Amino acid sequence: MIAEFGHYALVLALIVAFLQVIIPLRAAHTGDERGMTFAKYAAFAQFVLILIAFFALMNAYVTSDFSVQNVYQNSHSEKPLIYKISGVWGNHEGSMLLWLLMLSFLGALVGIFGGNLPPSLQARVLGIQALVGTGFLAFSLFTSNPFLRMDPVPINGQDLNPLLQDPGLAFHPPFLYLGYVGMSVAFSFSVAALLEGRVDPAWARWVRPWTLLAWSSLTLGIAMGAWWAYYELGWGGYWFWDPVENASLMPWLAGTALLHSAIVVEKRNTLKLWTIFMAITAFSTSLLGTFIVRSGVLTSVHSFANDPDRGVLLLALCVILTGGAFVLYAIRGQAMKAGGTFQTVSRESALIMNNLILSVILFIVLLGTFWPTISELIFGNRPSVGPPYYNIFAIPLMTVLAVFMAFGILLPWKRGDLKTVMIRLKWGAGIAVILTIVAFYLSGFKNILAVVGCLIGFWIILSTLTDISLRMKLFNGPIQTSLRRASGFPRSFWGGSLAHCGVGVTILGMVGTSLWVTEEQTIMTPGDTIEIAGYQLRMEKIENLNIANYQSEMGTFSLIKNGTVVNILKPERRWYPVAQQQTVEAAIQPRWAADVYVALGDPRGENNEARIVRAYHHPLVMYLWGGSVLMAFGGIVSITDRRYRVGAPKPKARKAEKPDAVGPMPDAVPAE
Amino acid sequence: MTNFQKLTAAFCLASIVNLQAGYAVDPDEVLQDLALEQRAREISKGLRCVVCKNQSIDQSDASLAKDLRLLVRERLMAGDSNEEVTSYIVDRYGEFVLLRPQFSSKNLFLWGAPLFMLGAGGFLAVYFLRQQKKPAAEPQPLDADEQVALADLIKNQDES
Repeated sequence: MIAEFGHYALVLALIVAFLQVIIPLRAAHTGDERGMTFAKYAAFAQFVLILIAFFALMNAYVTSDFSVQNVYQNSHSEKPLIYKISGVWGNHEGSMLLWLLMLSFLGALVGIFGGNLPPSLQARVLGIQALVGTGFLAFSLFTSNPFLRMDPVPINGQDLNPLLQDPGLAFHPPFLYLGYVGMSVAFSFSVAALLEGRVDPAWARWVRPWTLLAWSSLTLGIAMGAWWAYYELGWGGYWFWDPVENASLMPWLAGTALLHSAIVVEKRNTLKLWTIFMAITAFSTSLLGTFIVRSGVLTSVHSFANDPDRGVLLLALCVILTGGAFVLYAIRGQAMKAGGTFQTVSRESALIMNNLILSVILFIVLLGTFWPTISELIFGNRPSVGPPYYNIFAIPLMTVLAVFMAFGILLPWKRGDLKTVMIRLKWGAGIAVILTIVAFYLSGFKNILAVVGCLIGFWIILSTLTDISLRMKLFNGPIQTSLRRASGFPRSFWGGSLAHCGVGVTILGMVGTSLWVTEEQTIMTPGDTIEIAGYQLRMEKIENLNIANYQSEMGTFSLIKNGTVVNILKPERRWYPVAQQQTVEAAIQPRWAADVYVALGDPRGENNEARIVRAYHHPLVMYLWGGSVLMAFGGIVSITDRRYRVGAPKPKARKAEKPDAVGPMPDAVPAE
Repeated sequence: MTNFQKLTAAFCLASIVNLQAGYAVDPDEVLQDLALEQRAREISKGLRCVVCKNQSIDQSDASLAKDLRLLVRERLMAGDSNEEVTSYIVDRYGEFVLLRPQFSSKNLFLWGAPLFMLGAGGFLAVYFLRQQKKPAAEPQPLDADEQVALADLIKNQDES
């Protein structure tokens, strides 16, 4: 009964979404105010209806209602409650519903908080948002309906894919989807702006918070996925350039570029066309990601059960939305005229370089992901495009990007002076060199790539700190004055600084994990001890346990340093009898400096008393996750900036930004 | 591990995951000769396990991957160079096993397009920056009609 209620709500949501496209878009065209106001109410109604549908499905999962086919296929009565809940989005149909829930949630937010938007712009934004919603609601109802019943009702379910029964992966999709779907708002704003024929700094100010929300969430989602891969796959890798990982990386790259180019539009009233292009690209790549995961065109471990028919429909949806937006862009784009001018050495230029490099990396990821398919169509052979391909291009490009970043942070708008920047950079660069030398003195020289990576990581962090202290005029007067100055900095400045520091920290983490790893693999019987990077690891016992819906083969290891036991590690191999699948759960001792990582392997010995054991010492992994969290946190801090809350700035503030106020403004209130 | 091998290891962050857990190289496969074993690992990281989804034979525990690992070691024991081992396997299993696509005419676009994009994008960016540097055109002086209109506006404002 409740499932039918949800089903019905979903149908109603489709109707509401359809009306939300037709009425507001027409009203915005004719200037009919009542029609435009309709958009807000429709957006809210659509969200409530999809929320009802979502809870109806969740109810079916929690109560293990196996008469619902989707529940039967992806749940089991003995599954822990948390995975019954996460099972809702652990499958194609349910995750589509979550996708829609987030899309309508953001639409409702635009309706609620968009009071300061011009009515016609708001109506158009919501109309476009609903257009996306209509397409995917129809897709969901007609091809991927999660509410279909089955008869006879099975006794128990087929269980959720065991790989998904994991805290990291349970909450990874909601973040990822909020990131994907969040880009839809920037998309809707762009298409609406093209329809309006107007892009100005105010437009960029409206777009940025939504993009920040999507970007932060996507950053966390990707980090969670990498974290999951790290502890779940039994050998400590975290990024594989797998098609599905690439699918999440592409919108992230486009979103990062968009965030930066939107600042230029907001502050300097130029790069408008490009920013619109990036906004459309960001959402297009999100749609592409949705298509990749569900179509089966590209094989990947992360993908859901594939269905070619659905793939074709999804592709059609992607093509219509993306293609339509780009056609509109080609027709209406000319209307956007650039504003302010700037010199070659300026923050604008650094941001343009940032966008150039991010776009090229995005292109490479896109090409590499689809090349096997393209090549098969053209030449009939399907080559593999693996990590070596991406690394050859991405590592040098990211290095160059990092250098521009360190410069860009310290460059003023409009006109910079290379010499001044060099002087400002000197402290940061000097300390970075010293830190790098110390790091390699302590660890021993490994290779040049590690040195470069280390240098850049430190440099970015120090460059950001230099920027903050210069603006505070620290060391240049009483500390109270500096602190008072700092308390007046806008939140977006702090957000940007945090995110930039996060990038530096993440780079250090990448260098540490990939270049200083120590690996030990051997056969151990209980009582054996091995050495790993200054620790002793003693295998105590192996036991077989029945837990919830799986059987666990759990090892107990003592981690010993200098003769004292510092930790007990319990790696597992799990067998899920219903799904007939095995998973491995590594045991990790996380520390600031390095992780110790133990994974249990196949049995050995005459009576299976021994096990293959893989032990790793992963330095600086914490920094990888910490840096990502810092980036996402920076994004969130930036959203809370005052200027996004109060809406349009007062005329006075705008005056200060008029294009003819030349000269570097190191003392001005910092931007981001 | 030598520096070069560390570097290679870093570059080959290796490929994806098994649906089953991956344990990869069994201790009982390991060669006695350490240098040879290192070479075997290095070669394995560049070869794809053909029955897995996107995973190198170094990471996979599929039996076919194990066979290939043994084959790599066998060829190394027979005195093949790294390139000879790789081409031996490519001859038998096809180009698909290479995780790094070959530099061939078929893959010209794959390897060339990124460089082209970087070049073209860089050119456009520099062009745009140069355009920006030029001072904006001087505003045209008002013509007679506009002067009158302006004078009227000012007058009206003064009055109100």
